[in-house]
Amino acid sequence: MAMNTQGRPSRPVHAPDPGAYSETFSGSKGLDQAEPLIFERGDFDNCGVDLPEPKGLKTRLDGLERKSAIGLPGLSEPETMRHYVRLSRKNYAIDLGLYPLGSCTMKHNPRLNEKLARLPGLSDIHPMQPQSTVQGAFELIGELAHWLMTLTNTPCVSMSPKAGAHGELCGMMAIRAALDARGETGRRRVLVPESAHGTNPATAVQCGFVTDEIPADASGRVDMEVFKSKLGDDVAAIMLTNPNTCGLFERDIKEIADLIHEAGGYFYCDGANFNAIVGRVRPGDLGIDAMHINLHKTFSTPHGGGGPGSGPTVFSEALAPFVPVPYVIQDGETWAMVEHEQEARDLSGGEPFGRLVAFHGQMGMFTRALSYMMSHGSDGLRQVAEDAVLNANYILARLRGEMTAAFEGTCMHEALFDDTFLKDTGVSTLDFAKAMIDEGYHPMTMYFPLVVHGALLIEPTETESKAGLDRFCDTLLKLTEAARDGDTGRFLNAPVHAPAKRLDETRAARSPVLTWREDETAQAAE
Amino acid sequence: MRYLPLTPDDRTQMLETIGVSSIDALFTDVPESARLDGPVDLPRKATELEVERAFAKMARKNLSAGEAPFFVGAGAYKHHVPATVDHLIQRSEFLTAYTPYQPEISQGTLQTLFEFQTQVARLTGMAVANASMYDGSTACAEAVLMASRVTKRKKAVLSGNLHPHYSAATATLAKYMDIEVETEGAAPGRADDLVKYIDDDTACIVVQNPDVFGHVRDLTALAEAAHAKGALLIAVVTEIVSLGLMTSPGEMGADIVVGEGQSLGVGLQFGGPYVGLFACRDDRNFIRNMPGRLAGETVDADGRRGFVLTLSTREQHIRRDKATSNICTNSGLMALAWTIHMSLLGEKGLTQLARLNHERAIELADRLAGIKGVELVTDAFFNEFTVKLTRPATEVVEALAQRGILAGVPASRLYPGQFETHLILAATETNTDGDLDALEAALKEVL
Repeated sequence: MAMNTQGRPSRPVHAPDPGAYSETFSGSKGLDQAEPLIFERGDFDNCGVDLPEPKGLKTRLDGLERKSAIGLPGLSEPETMRHYVRLSRKNYAIDLGLYPLGSCTMKHNPRLNEKLARLPGLSDIHPMQPQSTVQGAFELIGELAHWLMTLTNTPCVSMSPKAGAHGELCGMMAIRAALDARGETGRRRVLVPESAHGTNPATAVQCGFVTDEIPADASGRVDMEVFKSKLGDDVAAIMLTNPNTCGLFERDIKEIADLIHEAGGYFYCDGANFNAIVGRVRPGDLGIDAMHINLHKTFSTPHGGGGPGSGPTVFSEALAPFVPVPYVIQDGETWAMVEHEQEARDLSGGEPFGRLVAFHGQMGMFTRALSYMMSHGSDGLRQVAEDAVLNANYILARLRGEMTAAFEGTCMHEALFDDTFLKDTGVSTLDFAKAMIDEGYHPMTMYFPLVVHGALLIEPTETESKAGLDRFCDTLLKLTEAARDGDTGRFLNAPVHAPAKRLDETRAARSPVLTWREDETAQAAE
Repeated sequence: MRYLPLTPDDRTQMLETIGVSSIDALFTDVPESARLDGPVDLPRKATELEVERAFAKMARKNLSAGEAPFFVGAGAYKHHVPATVDHLIQRSEFLTAYTPYQPEISQGTLQTLFEFQTQVARLTGMAVANASMYDGSTACAEAVLMASRVTKRKKAVLSGNLHPHYSAATATLAKYMDIEVETEGAAPGRADDLVKYIDDDTACIVVQNPDVFGHVRDLTALAEAAHAKGALLIAVVTEIVSLGLMTSPGEMGADIVVGEGQSLGVGLQFGGPYVGLFACRDDRNFIRNMPGRLAGETVDADGRRGFVLTLSTREQHIRRDKATSNICTNSGLMALAWTIHMSLLGEKGLTQLARLNHERAIELADRLAGIKGVELVTDAFFNEFTVKLTRPATEVVEALAQRGILAGVPASRLYPGQFETHLILAATETNTDGDLDALEAALKEVL
């Protein structure tokens, strides 16, 4: 039956050359809807919020009343809803599929955590309310601190840092303060492996240090001979990520800790990859002095398109006296917050290096992370590490015959490949990544770590199923085959099935357009 | 465990594919002495219901702002956030996306950041803004570092009426960069004289407006004095709603404007996550020295407009030890909340909201000034002001808290050992006439 009773065709009709109509009149393409900027859409008199009328009292602004228009368009509520929902659909997300960004730990974000973070008793409280009215908030911070210290076997944690890099700053400032307290003004060199995140050297410099790179050895780990040769009385610390950014556990970590301590320096561990070992290894047992923990990685607070993060930093006994204010303390059933440096000195003889931030850290992230931890429990967290490592090794095992693994042996939570398998195909790591977009996947981390040529770093996390990993591996194997077979068009034009084609980043950087201006939009449209 | 999809069978099969006998074989690089045999000493896994109960118990021990007549400010303000905002930021595509490194599948985030940057720039009266900082205090600290890079000078002068947490965060970050920080003593209710500190070594002066005591000041003369010596004026705004009614710092000559955006879209959150605003004037050297992410406009391979993260040669993942800042993850989702709230308000709504805030504060100030034992210290203010009491403010605030009223921040909590009887109070559109009645009556009793 090709026609229903009203004459409406109920079966597709095959018109000739359907591809000729790939462009549309509206600019939208079905569910991929074109959406102008708010400035092209909104109206200066429109408003999506109903507010009471002001009474017209005489202002008391000492003549500082605004005299010119601001230039902020508004939208009604339904228009606002559409604007942002349409834009949201141009994003990839962990809720849509595998997001294998190595070193970023894109795992499932449980909605229980969102729900609890919105309890008014935890979200609608002010950081400067009387302490007697926020005892539950302090208790929550104290409880999370207890979990973090137990999982790392460390005696102290600072909850202030607002993200991982901020945690690095917290740790390295404590090291600087400890060195200053020892009168060691000559120790200014910080050893940083070549494979480190860029935040490590940037952080060291912000603490007044200079960095000195250590190359990786053939196994992808710290070259111990070079490391030893660089030790001396001008060395302040080593900043080492473990497991490292090649996805490998630093086997010699205890020796590294011993040697840096013997040389009079401190051991900063970048805890970005704690997900791989949580519940199975306690970094405090490895001899670290400071380590930040990205709650937005290991403990699954959502990445939110680039934050907020949270980077509590744990410390050894040696550095504990130098942690910044504020911090919570418990006296019997009562909690209190130490907010000033003098208070810290009087109470415990500490020497805080200062204050990193206004108020008390990322409470909203604490709530989510603690909810995640309590849900898993100590047994579940151990399983997290095991499944994360198992998933990564499964990918490595399935792909290493066709794509080229950067190093021999098994890996921890992420599998690293170099671009040897793309040699002479005319396809680069970037092209390969963009082709993955067409296949419905977010690409892996590309060109990082820097120690591997054309790096492709895949971190599946523990929240992927075996069936999902199989589909992913099958797709990558097909892509590898296509690249080898000379099907370069599939790569060089990719992505073709995304909301945008490849973007001209050079143009963006050469003549930066960072805010909307009417004339520039007109130009862009031409 | 409900978040882990692998079944025991899956695990067995996968180990076989990998070619190892057990999961332990994948952890053999861990030094033997550091391998844990079993779970650490913490509670075992819990159901959703159990976790909810534990959190509800902790939440109940707090007095939330919505339950009390509420007048606490000092850097974080209670405003009504439309339900639309929280719904939209929980869209999976925004909530569970990473930093937009792959622009072809991140145009949603990138376009909203571009819109955010434009809104921030216009509101502050500057030419450009970045895609957010952690919060206002870290934005302030980073602005001082940027001013030092731009001017190649090593001295920063901070107003004594800058929020002490901001001063402390700035001094902490400046310390190891060998930037000398000078501070004037605090002066509740008036503008401190910073001109005398400006000399040829001064990179910047940092002044908050309205200041921590709520006082508003004209920055024009200060900007001129700074510029005459080649120094920059950094203006700090902790109550961003004020700019709906007040002359922007840009119009008064500021070179960099930083702010706390928490008032729009974000909520109180016990101090975080918040959203730092960072804007500066149109100068190539300024832009190249900015910290943080920047979204920029470009075109795709078909010539269609699109957005990317740009000028990343300033940033740590490219420049490493030469980067302008170590910042990586910032406050993307809070920036989204901010921009959605701002788009709902628009110019008309923001202006009206600002006026409502100002009027509530005027009404509250007049009522309190009529109470015996209360002296209004701030005569020009936006939605926050300071009063001097006849008793220590800490005692008064605690006594009022016992009566279920959250009355403000004692100045001595910010300046230990000083201003014992000064109390900083904020009023916003969320305060009802009943709230004002309750505070007035209770304060009369307590004083």
